[in-house]
Amino acid sequence: MMIYLRLFCEFFKTGLFAVGGGMATIPFLYSMADKTGWFTRIDVDNMIAVGESTPGPIGVNMATYVGYITGGTVGGVPAAILGAVVATLGLITPSIIVILIIASFLKSFRDNRYVDSAFYGLRPASTGLIAAAGLSVVVSNLFFAEAMESGFSLAVFNWKGWVLAIVLWVLTNKVKQTKKLHPIIFILASAVVGIVLGM
Amino acid sequence: MNIYPDLFLTFAKVGVMTFGGGYAMLPILQREVVENKGWATEEELTDYFAIGQCTPGIIAVNTATFIGQKNKGTLGGIIATLGLVFPSLVIISLLAGVITQFSHLAWVNHAFGGIRVCVCVLILNAVVKLFKKAVIDAPTMVIFLAVALGSFFLTSLSPVIFVLAAAVLGIVLKNAGVRK
Repeated sequence: MMIYLRLFCEFFKTGLFAVGGGMATIPFLYSMADKTGWFTRIDVDNMIAVGESTPGPIGVNMATYVGYITGGTVGGVPAAILGAVVATLGLITPSIIVILIIASFLKSFRDNRYVDSAFYGLRPASTGLIAAAGLSVVVSNLFFAEAMESGFSLAVFNWKGWVLAIVLWVLTNKVKQTKKLHPIIFILASAVVGIVLGM
Repeated sequence: MNIYPDLFLTFAKVGVMTFGGGYAMLPILQREVVENKGWATEEELTDYFAIGQCTPGIIAVNTATFIGQKNKGTLGGIIATLGLVFPSLVIISLLAGVITQFSHLAWVNHAFGGIRVCVCVLILNAVVKLFKKAVIDAPTMVIFLAVALGSFFLTSLSPVIFVLAAAVLGIVLKNAGVRK
């Protein structure tokens, strides 16, 4: 029972402090992984891919996934599903409360000088948090941690990963025909490349 | 049709049709909520979306709460939001079960190895897009760098601390500027 209460509280906190949508929840998920041990950082990376490739807002999908895995640690499928429900409700409760309050004084909220100036600071901070999360994903997936322990050498680079990353970056940013494609296409293609190259 | 089930089902439909969230949802909301149901005007939707982006939480959830609230008050807001997350709950629970069952297979691990590389690039692209809107002058650049480096190296610090500090700093910086 305790784990569900903690799960709800952790996601309530995520929903309350993650500003700027789904991607903004990632730093909170890493922090949760470090602190609780319910799941690993690698699990989070997988959740990002699953959340992005399935229907529904990515932030909600990741919360559901984390809840499912966490619930699953204390029991079978029903415990996992309960975890998924609790995590998702935890994530959306602050949104519902905040929006219902704002809806009652909508106009003055938009024009408020303090709200506006708080977001002047919040936006770069939120971007910084996501950048740091992105950097950890890069470190854990494009470098080999074991090789790094015995000193820095060319062996620490995950070469296959770097090549794939560069190709994907070019396709999503520079090639006119492919840059508007949905991320799910790149995710599926990367899965195939991963299987073929044994990543 | 009774409006509550209608709110739930319409937002469940929006949830099923949205991949990735955020801006991907806007055209779907325009069609379902503005054109089909007439629950909000085009301008209202844009407003809700803008506020949903700069308030805590998932943008899609915030927008759903707004539209539900506007039409049927507090309960409407709650029901619309529950409708939106319902498909995620069903789909992810099914999928997570399957993935957990097959995670010991070598090819599944290889597939996720490739997928995680793709995630690196997707996050990088998201950061670049957000960066252009958020980092507009020297102080916002300093905040960005301080938070990015701070949260990367001091992993024991909760992101909450950075968020609260940045909000306070934003208010101080902007309002000190006004008085000058």
